[in-house]
This record gives sequence, structure tokens and C-alpha cells, in this order.
Amino acid sequence: MEVLVCIKQVPGTTEVKLDEETGVLIRDGVESKMNPYDLYAVETALKIKESTGAKVNVISMGPPQAVEIIKEAFMMGADGGALLTDRKFAGADVLATSYTLSQGVKKLGSPDLIICGKMTTDGDTAQVGPELAEFLGIPHASNVLRIDNIRESSITVECDMGDAVEVMEVQYPCLISVDKGIFQPRLPSFRLKLATKDQDIPCIGLKDLEDKNECNYGLNGSPTQVKRVFPPQANTRHETWEGTGCELAGRIFDKLKKLKFV
Amino acid sequence: MVKIIINQNKAANPEELVELCPFSAIEYLEGQLQINAACKMCKICVKSGPAGVFELKEETVKAIDKAQWKGIAVYVEHRSGEIHPVTYELIGKAKEMAGKINHPVYCVFLGHDIKGKAYKILEYGVDNVFVYDNKELEHFRIEPYTAVIEDFINKVKPSVVLVGGTTTGRSLAPRAAARFRTGLTADCTVLDIQENTDMDQIRPAFGGNIMAHIFTPNHRPQFATVRYKIFSAPEITGEAKGKVILCAIEKSRLDSRIKVLDIREKEKVEAIEDAEVIVVAGRAFKKQEDLQMVHQLADLLGARVAATRPVIEAGWADARKQIGLSGRTVKPKLIITCGVSGSVQFAAGMNNSECIIAINNDPHAPIFNVAHYGIVGDVYEIIPELIKDIREYKNRG
Repeated sequence: MEVLVCIKQVPGTTEVKLDEETGVLIRDGVESKMNPYDLYAVETALKIKESTGAKVNVISMGPPQAVEIIKEAFMMGADGGALLTDRKFAGADVLATSYTLSQGVKKLGSPDLIICGKMTTDGDTAQVGPELAEFLGIPHASNVLRIDNIRESSITVECDMGDAVEVMEVQYPCLISVDKGIFQPRLPSFRLKLATKDQDIPCIGLKDLEDKNECNYGLNGSPTQVKRVFPPQANTRHETWEGTGCELAGRIFDKLKKLKFV
Repeated sequence: MVKIIINQNKAANPEELVELCPFSAIEYLEGQLQINAACKMCKICVKSGPAGVFELKEETVKAIDKAQWKGIAVYVEHRSGEIHPVTYELIGKAKEMAGKINHPVYCVFLGHDIKGKAYKILEYGVDNVFVYDNKELEHFRIEPYTAVIEDFINKVKPSVVLVGGTTTGRSLAPRAAARFRTGLTADCTVLDIQENTDMDQIRPAFGGNIMAHIFTPNHRPQFATVRYKIFSAPEITGEAKGKVILCAIEKSRLDSRIKVLDIREKEKVEAIEDAEVIVVAGRAFKKQEDLQMVHQLADLLGARVAATRPVIEAGWADARKQIGLSGRTVKPKLIITCGVSGSVQFAAGMNNSECIIAINNDPHAPIFNVAHYGIVGDVYEIIPELIKDIREYKNRG
């Protein structure tokens, strides 16, 4: 059985500043890390590896520096990995990102199970998983809370559907996106770090993919475009109160009384 | 087609130009300036670099005929025919936008044994409800549901499709958008429409303190998801002028490789979305026991307790109590935030509340930009005093 995990490098912090003049994001000197939700996806794959002997690969898309998170996945126990990186992929929205990933997945082979994290901390959209499944023409299950059973041709999962939990059996090949808390992610191991330090990480560019039409990638392949970015609007009618704890409590109490909440 | 071209001969000091890019995407290798895959196409090098070195080259693409796409459609979110209120909120927004461009408002309603419920939707002033009533659609399974949305879009050709940002909506909308190779903007907080039917979509972006205005200039339909409680539901118009249209779809298109084995109700947690008063615990609390004061204050005010992402991640509160973009959106009459700094992610989940009182010891915390009453002080000093004041007042009767 082959399991492929999609991972992403994200900024280490969500504190992003905006250059007021140019309207461009300033992310200088911001550390990068693996998207925290992806750690759960990697862990889920490794648990499946332990119980079935499956082979676990990871794939990422991003700048050349993103090899770091693939190395991190190796240190957790992933068997192999590849990075989709090309200037032509730059400026991709959800659709172009998912499409590029789907081309990368096809290039790597045909995994039985693809696992994604619930969402990323920098995009927060949770859409890439379902769109990737669509481009691959395979079923998907989102918000997976638990894996009940792994069979030769299917996996049974429990999905969070808001008010209810749905238990479903999905046939391979399929994609699942896992919620945090499905398993506790392990820490990278020093032994694996040494063992994998020379392991090759192939970089896949546009020229390596089946579809080489650059109109389908990056900004050109993105139907949505950002018209502008701007700082959020402040609430215009606001008051600020300062003073001692006791005074402030008194003023809040008076306000609550006036507004008839007490 | 858009690309950035480098005119190497115009660069006087190429090594220095590497510094231009906030994403470190410009490299100077072997005497040549290069742009690597870290490029975000932000165009800052074109705008701020020396004239002529970085040049933006655009080729026009063939424009689609937007007049072929008419109507604003809303996906009806429901469980066994019980309609989720986010549907009505989306209908309200759809009517508002449709009025500006003189388009009809449609609903697409799929499930099993739901026909009878479709008439209720007409009372909200919808022009047509397209109903797909099949045994195969009894449970939400992604392939048949996507097939139905595909069928609906091909038949009706709506310009816009709005989907609730629920667990099913966030699974279905991207799948359908990818099938039509069109754009989808998740968790929009503001929607509007231009005369040329381009939809303005605004959402918090880059995980940071920034809003992005997104549009879909050359693809249809335009997909957007919106969380529950972002918009207001319209009044019931009383008379239903619209029509219910029953649609058929071939059984073979409803095949699925997913089998639903069981559905278990989750234990009911009092939903924070329905509360009129909410007290929120943020990361200023040093240990879980200290949240006790938040619960006491909430009890005195008849409020429900909610929390921010760090508090949820610490395991101090149930995930269903999380306010913010990755949690729930609330719009209560009163919300008191205690020790919450107020990231955009959090504010997006509560800034439509009627009265916002924020307590935080950092006078520069962004929460004070959204609060109506910003109280600069320590939660450990203020809240116990406030509890005492309210108790005394109540005891006096």
C-alpha cells in the first residue's frame, strides 16, 4: 500500500505587516515551519505504515527552501518525498495549487491513499484537499476524526459533520483530510535525521509534468485574483477606559446596568 | 498571461536588487539576476526597482461572455430536510446582489424526501428552487452531490454560486469549483457585485492582519463560501411568487465509492452561535482553573462562554466554543472578551456583535480596534471585582 501526504511550508507566525505605501506584505525575517495541521497528516500516515507496512511519501509545493519540511517528514519516519518548485507556479490560487499538486501526484505514481491536513495556517481555506481529489477523479472525506479500519481495498473513517459524526467506508484510491487530534504527532528523531541526511529529494518543475502548458499554473492558471489588500477596518465608535482594576470594574458594571444586561 | 521579465543589461548594481523582494525570490547567480519559485507575483520589484530592470509583460486572454451566465444561486444546506439557517442568510445576500444587476435568485436543494420542504424556501422571495430528490442523495456523499451541482450549473448557468461555510459546504464547494475550473473564495466576510457581474469578495488573508479583496474576472460561475452568522437572514415575504422545479438526473451519475455505515448524533453542546450574550476567554489566563472566573461572570449575565484558538489548543475548552475564522462566527447582543488580543482571524468571527467590551492589558492590542468599549487593564484584577459588583447588586434585589 502506498500513502502520500501533502505538506506545506508556512510562516512561523501569523504576524504579517503591510507596507502602507505599496500595499505589499512584509514577511522579512519570518521563520518558516511545517503547517501544524500537516503534522497530524504525517502522523496518521506513519500510524498506517506501522500497522500495514505501507510506504509513506510526502509531497510539497513551494520555494526551494521548502525542502526543509520534507526533511522534517523524513525525521518523523516518511520514506520518500518530492518538492514541486518552479517560478511558473508562483502566485497560484487554490485552483492552480490543487492542479499543480495533482500533476505532481501523477508524476510520482498512483498512491492508494492521499492524506492532507485539515487546512493551512496561512491560507486557512481547507479547499486544496477536495480540489486535488477532484482533479485526480477520486473520492474524498473531509474532517476525519478517527480511522476505524484499514482494509486491502478500502478505509473506514469517522468524519465530523457538524452536529453528527458520519462513519463511512471509502474505496481506494481516495483522499482524506484529517482533523487535528486524530493522533498526537511524534517528534522528529535524531537517529532518523542522521539516517536520512543524504536522502535525495527530487525537485519537480513544470518541464517534468504531464501538462506543460504554463497557462494552467501559477498566477496565469488562477481564476481568482487579488484586487488589493488592506488593513482591516477599525470600529469607528469606540472608547478606551483606563484606571485601576476596581474603577474599571465599576465602570463596566455601570455600563452593563445601563444596557440592561444586569 | 502575466510574467515578469528581467532586463539584465539595465541593472547597474544587480547584487543590490536581490534585497528588493520581501519573499527572497530574486537571486543573483553566475552574473545573472533570476527569479525563483518563491515569487508571489506581488510585483514589488516592478514598482520599486530601478526603471526598466523588472518589466511586467501581460498578454490579454480571450474574454468569456458573461451575459451567458445569469442568476445568483444558493446551495440549500440541510439535514434530512431540516434547513440550516445559513441558507437563509445567503438568500438574503443573493437577493441584495441580484437586485443590483437585475438577476434572478435560485436555490438548489438536493436530498431524499425533501420535495415538501422546498415551498418554505419560496417564502423568502426566491425565484426558483431546483429540487433533486433521489434515494442516492439521502446522505452527503461527495461524488453524487458534486454530480448534481454539475448538472444544475450546466442546466441553469448561474453567474454566482453561494455555499454555506459548513463542514459539507467546505467539502462540496471546492469540489464543484474545480470541476468547472473556476474560482472559489472561502469564508468571505463581505460580498458585493459589479455591474459587469463580477463579484467582489473580501476575506481575511495570509493568516495575518490583512484583508484581501478578491475577484474572478474571467471565469463563471463564481463560487464563494460564507460562514454562518456573517450575513442576516431576510424577512419572510409572506407570498411565495417563485416556483419549485423538480429535476431528474440519471442514476448512473449518482454512483459513489463511499458507503455510509453509520451516523451518530454528537452530544449537544449549547451552541455559542445562538447565544445573546457571550464571555470569551483569551490567552491572558495562566491556568485552566483561572477560567472559573469567566464562567462565574457568564453565569451572572446569563451568558455562554467561548474561547480563542490558543485556549482551545491548550485543551481548556471544547473546540465547538472557538470563535474565529477557524471556529464559529457569532453575532450576539453583547460580547465581553477577557484577555483576548484580537487577531484578524478572531475578529472576523465576532466583529458584527452589537456591543463589544474588551478587557486587555496591552493598550496596543488589535482587539481595541473592534471593541466599542476598550478596557485597558488586567483580567485578574477587573473580573473578580466585576463579579463582586454584580453579585452585590443582585443580592440587594
